[in-house]
Amino acid sequence: MPTNTLNGRSFEVDEEGFFTDSSQWSPELATDLAALIGVELDEAHLAPIRFMREDAAANGPTPTLRRLQAVGGFDIKELYRLYPGKPAKKMSWLAGLRKPVGCV
Amino acid sequence: MSSLLILGAGTAGTMAANMLRDKLDPSWSITVVDRDDDHVYQPGLLFVPFWMKPDRVVKDRRSFLKEGVTYLRREIAKVDPAAHRVDLVGGDHLGYDWLIIASGSRARTDLVPGMADGALFRTKVHDFYTLEGAVALHEALDNFTEGRILVHLAELPIKCPVAPLEFTFLVEDYFRKKGIRHKVDITYVTPLDGAFTKPVSSKAFGSLLTDRSVRLAADFTVERIDNEKQQLIGYDGRALPFDLLVTIPPHTGAQFVIDSGLGDEGGFIPVDKHTLRADVSGRIFVLGDASNIPASKAGSVAHFATEVFIDNFLAAIEGKPLPNAFDGHANCFIESGRGQAMLIDFNYDTEPLPGMYPAPLVGPMTLLKPSRINHVGKLAFEQMYWRILLPGHKMPVPALMSMAGKKAVNGSTPAAASAPAAR
Repeated sequence: MPTNTLNGRSFEVDEEGFFTDSSQWSPELATDLAALIGVELDEAHLAPIRFMREDAAANGPTPTLRRLQAVGGFDIKELYRLYPGKPAKKMSWLAGLRKPVGCV
Repeated sequence: MSSLLILGAGTAGTMAANMLRDKLDPSWSITVVDRDDDHVYQPGLLFVPFWMKPDRVVKDRRSFLKEGVTYLRREIAKVDPAAHRVDLVGGDHLGYDWLIIASGSRARTDLVPGMADGALFRTKVHDFYTLEGAVALHEALDNFTEGRILVHLAELPIKCPVAPLEFTFLVEDYFRKKGIRHKVDITYVTPLDGAFTKPVSSKAFGSLLTDRSVRLAADFTVERIDNEKQQLIGYDGRALPFDLLVTIPPHTGAQFVIDSGLGDEGGFIPVDKHTLRADVSGRIFVLGDASNIPASKAGSVAHFATEVFIDNFLAAIEGKPLPNAFDGHANCFIESGRGQAMLIDFNYDTEPLPGMYPAPLVGPMTLLKPSRINHVGKLAFEQMYWRILLPGHKMPVPALMSMAGKKAVNGSTPAAASAPAAR
């Protein structure tokens, strides 16, 4: 597994750059990663990321957008505004989780 | 004298009833409840839009239940785990000592705005996860001469997660054989970042869509269907025009599960993923699609999990620790068109890998590669399903996934299976 280093902090990633060990994540690291995709992490951006981390820690898989809406109470349109284009992928990357996948 | 109540006479419920009837003392009563008598061979629904006759996929549930199993055709209203009680629609109730919930999952055409409530439903907007839907789609394909087709997956989890891809390959092949493929524009629409999302599969199959001139619209989260403009609208503002839309809508668990407050946000019941015992009560086990285990919602998972469950159940009723841990084993054929199919075999911890199945080197089926024999295997499975699987006979394949015959690919080594959580 490749290792990425950003501003002195190292973390293991898969071939696409997603964390393979979510315990290596920190809010500071997320802030630095967000800058790389042109996102400034404010409270509105952080709330869904915190939910995703808590949910994944409790249930295992990275939550889907629908779960963010149904359980977390987040508005999908708003998530698209916060993370344009690919919110599910961007948020799981910033939350230190695996991207949502199918079975193949 | 104890009683076992099974809710649902689908794949898992039927198998469990038949296998346990052989193992439990005759003093045990086994009652299976379902709301209708129609057992649908769901893998067949993929073929109904193309060539399979609808009456071939439906048989009477009762004819697959062993003697000594009581069948009750009733709709379930509610489960009360604390009272060991199941309320039926119409006012009666049933008690139980042990309960198996095997009520499956449902494709919810009402959960995509503009689908079931739209003017184009079952004429230009279709699903094939119900028999009615598959039959209506057959007619639509028959009459389709040119234009844009979208094959759309709304979200996961769905039953048989590879079916949308299989449908895409089959519909492409269908129009090629008809000689009008050049007049038909096909796009595969997915909320994920590609048709294949796991490293080894995407390397193996990555080019299959482009090879067949199928477009891909990825990262697409559906907001609604615009019936007037004939467009599929995404939350990101994308509007995909269609002449024929085939949607696999979101799935939820059974209504009584939701009404009983037993389900998660999708109506799937939280269980221990290795023992399938419900979090809410040690007297309830959940088999098949109805649980929240992070495995594919597929007949193969229901089958393997039920085999692993039987000995656990026999231990549980004697108050003993559960001996077996289910590993999330799934085994799925993927129709790839051109008279071929691919085969994947995987579990909670190991992604689909290349190799041979079920026997190392000799197979005869190849994993992760299209072949004729896999296609023949998929078709032959229909008879095995009715004659071997449902009656509860042993299939000649292991319930837990085996690494024998698989080629480990860099970074895909399986994690050690964990022991069942103590309860």
